[in-house]
Amino acid sequence: MSFNYAPAPESRGNLSIKPRYGHFIGGKFVAGSKHFPTINPATEEVLSQIALAGKADVDAAVQAARKAYTSTWSKMSGKERGKYLFRIARLLQERSREFAVLETLDNGKPIRESRDVDVPLAAAHFFYHAGWADKLEFAGLGTSTKPYGVAGQIIPWNFPLLMLAWKIAPALAAGNTVVLKPAESTSLTALLFGELCQQAQLPAGVVNIITGDGSTGAHIVNHPGIDKIAFTGSTEVGKIIARAVAPTSKSVTLELGGKAANIIFEDAAIDEAIEGIVNGIFFNQGHVCCAGSRLILQENIADEVLFKLKDRMAKIRVGDPMDKNTDLGAINSKEQLLKIGELTASGDAQGAQRWSAPCELPTKGFWFAPTIFTGVTDSHRIAREEIFGPVLSVLTFRTPQEAIDKANNTPFGLSAGVWSQKGSRILWASQGLRAGVIWANTFNKFDPTSPFGGYKESGWGREGGRHGLSAYLKGIGHG
Amino acid sequence: MSFYGLVDGSDASLRKYLQALPAVDQVGADARAGMLATRSIKTTSKRWAIDTAISMVDLTTLEGADSPGKVAALCSKAVRPDPTDSSVPSVGAVCVYNDMVAIARAHLDSIGGSHVGLAAVSTAFPSGRASMGVKLQDTRDALDAGASEIDMVIDRGAFLSGDLIGVFNEIVAIRDLCGTRAHLKVIFETGELVTYDNVRKASFLAMAAGADFIKTSTGKIAPAATAPVVLIMLEAVRDFYQMSQRRIGVKPAGGIRNTKDAIKQLVLVNETAGPEWLTPSLFRIGASALLNDLLMQRMKLDDGYYASPQYVTID
Amino acid sequence: MAERIDVKKTYKLFINGAFPRSESGRTYEIKNAKGLFIANPCLASRKDLKDAVVAARLAQPGWSMSTAYNKGQILYRLAEMLEARRTQFVEEIFMTTGVSRVKAEKEVNDSVDRLVWYAGWSDKLASLSGSLNPVAGPYYNFTVPESMGVIAAIAAEMPSLLGLIDTIAPIIVGGNTVVVLASTQSPLCAMSFAEVIATSDVPAGVINILTGKKDEIAPWMASHMDVDGMDISGLGKKSHGGLRIAGAENLKRIYSFQSGGPERILAFLEHKSVWHPIGL
Repeated sequence: MSFNYAPAPESRGNLSIKPRYGHFIGGKFVAGSKHFPTINPATEEVLSQIALAGKADVDAAVQAARKAYTSTWSKMSGKERGKYLFRIARLLQERSREFAVLETLDNGKPIRESRDVDVPLAAAHFFYHAGWADKLEFAGLGTSTKPYGVAGQIIPWNFPLLMLAWKIAPALAAGNTVVLKPAESTSLTALLFGELCQQAQLPAGVVNIITGDGSTGAHIVNHPGIDKIAFTGSTEVGKIIARAVAPTSKSVTLELGGKAANIIFEDAAIDEAIEGIVNGIFFNQGHVCCAGSRLILQENIADEVLFKLKDRMAKIRVGDPMDKNTDLGAINSKEQLLKIGELTASGDAQGAQRWSAPCELPTKGFWFAPTIFTGVTDSHRIAREEIFGPVLSVLTFRTPQEAIDKANNTPFGLSAGVWSQKGSRILWASQGLRAGVIWANTFNKFDPTSPFGGYKESGWGREGGRHGLSAYLKGIGHG
Repeated sequence: MSFYGLVDGSDASLRKYLQALPAVDQVGADARAGMLATRSIKTTSKRWAIDTAISMVDLTTLEGADSPGKVAALCSKAVRPDPTDSSVPSVGAVCVYNDMVAIARAHLDSIGGSHVGLAAVSTAFPSGRASMGVKLQDTRDALDAGASEIDMVIDRGAFLSGDLIGVFNEIVAIRDLCGTRAHLKVIFETGELVTYDNVRKASFLAMAAGADFIKTSTGKIAPAATAPVVLIMLEAVRDFYQMSQRRIGVKPAGGIRNTKDAIKQLVLVNETAGPEWLTPSLFRIGASALLNDLLMQRMKLDDGYYASPQYVTID
Repeated sequence: MAERIDVKKTYKLFINGAFPRSESGRTYEIKNAKGLFIANPCLASRKDLKDAVVAARLAQPGWSMSTAYNKGQILYRLAEMLEARRTQFVEEIFMTTGVSRVKAEKEVNDSVDRLVWYAGWSDKLASLSGSLNPVAGPYYNFTVPESMGVIAAIAAEMPSLLGLIDTIAPIIVGGNTVVVLASTQSPLCAMSFAEVIATSDVPAGVINILTGKKDEIAPWMASHMDVDGMDISGLGKKSHGGLRIAGAENLKRIYSFQSGGPERILAFLEHKSVWHPIGL
C-alpha cells in the first residue's frame, strides 16, 4: 500500500453565507435591485446572489464616502484613524479562519494558501498601514501633505481579500474614504469585510463596498465625485481606465499584468530553484500578475532542471481546494479556463511541446493540470501574453546578457526571478532586469513594508511601503 | 571497489565529484520542509502511517547505564511492541552499543525475533575520535557478536578541516569490513556539520563510499534530525539513484519523539525521495520514546478515545 | 571704412550629439519683439522626433549605468560651460524675448545655479527615495530608484532657457535620456545650450533638442511606443487630456509640473524592490 493522504477537508462550520447580498453603503447593508449568482468554481455550486450595482448605487456609495470624508474622517486625527485600522487588523486575525474558508469557497484557491498567505498578509497590511496614519508628515512628501478625498478602488478576483487590504489600508491611513468594488466572481470576502467594519465601529461611509461587473467599475471610474482611482487587473482594462480619466484631474494608480521571467543560472541551488519555479507559476493556480510564467534556463542545465521540474510537478496535489493538502485548486471561472485553453492551444499550434503533470481532475468545476511548454521561442504567443493560469513557458539562454535581454523583451515589467549562488551575478541581474520586483533566489514573496508595482505596461505606482502610501497622498501626481 | 564509477578513490576525483553538487539555499530548503510539515494526515492514511512508522523504528538505547536487563527488555519490545495487540508490527531494528550486541542477539533469537535487525553503533561512537585501528576493531567486535547493521560515525573533525578523502577512506574500510555480513549506516552528526551544503556533501561522499544508509545524528548533539536536514538527505538519495541506479536508505535519528513528528518524516519521504522509499529497508527512524506515542495514537484510532501511557509498556 | 558684416549662426537640431538640419528641410522664421527677423530655426518633423528617440534609447542604458558621481560631475560641467558663455545667452534671451538685459541676466544666472542644484541631487536620490524594508521573514529587501527610460518633454515657452534647464536636468539626473522640444518662439538659447552640452562630456543621445511647433510634435511624442514618460509642463492645460489618452497606449507616465523641485526628478524614476534570502 502506498501513502495516499485521506481527504482532510477544512470545515465549513462557523461560516454562514447569506442567500443574497446587497451593497455596504454608509455603514449599512442596503438591498440591491438586480442580482447575479456567485459560484464555487471547484463545484459550480451557487454560493449566493450578488447585487449588481448600477449608476444610482455608485452615486449613493460616493455620496456616503464624500459625507464621511467631509464630516468625519478628514477631521479625525491620524492617531484615531490609526486605531481603527489596528482594530481591523486584529479583527481579521480573530476571524481569519472564517475569511480563509470563505475565500477558498468563492475563489477556488487552496485553503492552505488562503489560510497561510492571503488572510495573514491582509491583516499584516492593515497593521502596517495603521502605524502610518499619525506619521504622514514623515512619509517624504512634506509636512503639508493631504489625502485626495474619495478613492474609487477596483480589485481583481485572484486575491480578493488581500487586494482589498492593499487598497483600503493605505487609503484609510492616508485619510481618504473609499468606494471599493470587488471582482464579479469573488465578492464574498469583501462583503464579510463590510461586516467586520461594523464590528470595528468604523464611522459610516468611510468604507463602502459595492458589487457588480465591469459596468459598475466603469461608473466608478467615470464618477465625477471620485478623486482617486486605484485599479488592479488586466493591462487591457488598465489602459481603458487611463484613457477614461485622462481628461480629468483624477489621480490614478494601476497594478496590471505581467509576464515575469524566472532566470535559472547554472550555479543555482537547483532544488530550491525547482521550488521557486513551482511556487512562481503554480501558486494560486498561476492566477498571479507577478507569476514567473517564463522560465529562462541556462541551456547547459536545461535537461537536468526539466527532469527535476517534471518530477516535482507530478507531486503537486490538484483537487478540492478545501482539502488542507491541496496544492493547486480550481481555475476561478469558466471564462478564465477557456482563455487558458485558447492560449495553450496556440502553444500547440505554434510548435511548442506541452507536458502536463499526471493528475486526476475533478469532473465538476473548472480545472487545469499543471502544465509546461518546452521548445518555446520568444515569438510564441505563450511567451508573450499573460496566460494567468498554471502554465509555464520554458526558454533557454547561453550567456547572462542573453538571459536579461530575453527577460526584458516584453512590454510588461512587473516582476522577475533570478537564481544563482554568485552574489555579484545576482546583483548584476537584479540591476539589469526591467521590473519593479526582483525575487533573487526566492519567488512570490510579499510584505506590506515592501513596495510592489510595475515598470512599463505593468502599471503606475507602487503598493506597500512608503512608496505605496504616497499613492494616496497629494504630492507627486500619478499620471 | 568501483564506487559506482563516480570516483576512482583518489582525492582529486572525490573533490571533483563533490564540487559538482549544487548549493543548497537554506531559506528555500527550510520553506519547503515547513510547507510539507503542514500536510494533514488523517483517518486511514494516519493508520497506515503509524504502522509503517512502527516498522521503521530503530528502537534505541545508547546509555552509559545500559545493562543486559535493559537491552533484553528493549528486544522484547522491538519484536512485540504491544503485548496486547498482535497486529502491531515489529520494529525495524534494535540499536545498541557494541558490547550489548551479543546480549541482544541472544535475546532476539530466543524470542523468535530474528527478523528484527540488530544495529550496533560503531567507530568510536558518538565522537568518532579514536585511531583507525580502534574503529576497525570496534566494528569487528560488533559483527562478530552478531550485528546485522553497523551505524558508524564519520570523523567530523576531518570533514570540517577538509580531509574529505580521509572520511571517505574510513567509510570504505568499514564498508569492506562489513562485507555481506551487515548493512552499513553512516552517521554524519549534522548538528556538527551545521550547514545544509555540508549535509549534502557528506551524503554524496558517504553514498559513493558504499553506505547502505545515511543517518543524520547520534542523538547526542542538538539539533539532530530536523526536517530540512532530512529533506536534503532525501534529495540526495533521490538524485544518487539517478546517478547509480541504487537506492540508498535514510535514517533520521534524534528529536523525533511523537507521532506527529514521525508522520512528518513519512511525508518528507513520500514527497521528496518518493513512495519507493517508504519501506523499512530504505527508511528508518532512530528513536526510543517515539514508539510508545505511536502505540498510543494507534490505540486512539482503534478505540475512538485518547489513550493513557499506563496502557503501554515503559521499556 | 566699411562696417563689418556679422557671421550669423545657423540654428539646427541637436540629435545624438550632432547638429543635423531637420530631415524635412523645413524651417520657420522667428522675429524679435519689434518684428525684425532673427533666425530660421529648424521646424522639426515627426521623423526628427523618431530619430531623436532612437538616439535617446541607445544612449539610455549607458547613461543610467554611469555612476551617480559621474552624472553629477557632468551636470556640474554643464553649469561651468554655461557660466563661461553667460554673455551670449543674455544676448539671445534679450534679442528673442524682449525682456530687459537685467532680467535676461538673472535668467542665465538662475539657469547656471539650477544646474548646480540638480547636479548635487544625483548621488542623493537613492538614499532619499530608496528604502530598506523590514519584511517579516529571513529576507534582505530593499527598494532602489532607477531610471524610467526615454522621456519626451515639451519645455516651457518662457523663460526659454531656465524652463529648458528645469525640464532637462531633473530628467537626466536620474539616469533617463530626453528628447525635448524647446520654446517655439525663443529657441535660440536652447540651440546654443546644445553647444554647451556638446562640450560638457554629456554622452551622445542623452539630451536631444528639437525646435518646432508644440502642437505638431507633442501628439507624436505622446503616442510614441518607445517613449516611457513625458513632461507636458510646457503645454496648455487643454491639450493635456488628448495627450494622456494617446499616452495610455503604452501607459506612458505623463506629468505636468507647476514648479521646479525634487518632485520633477522623482516623477521619472521607477522603484525596484529586490528580495534575497538570508541564510547559511
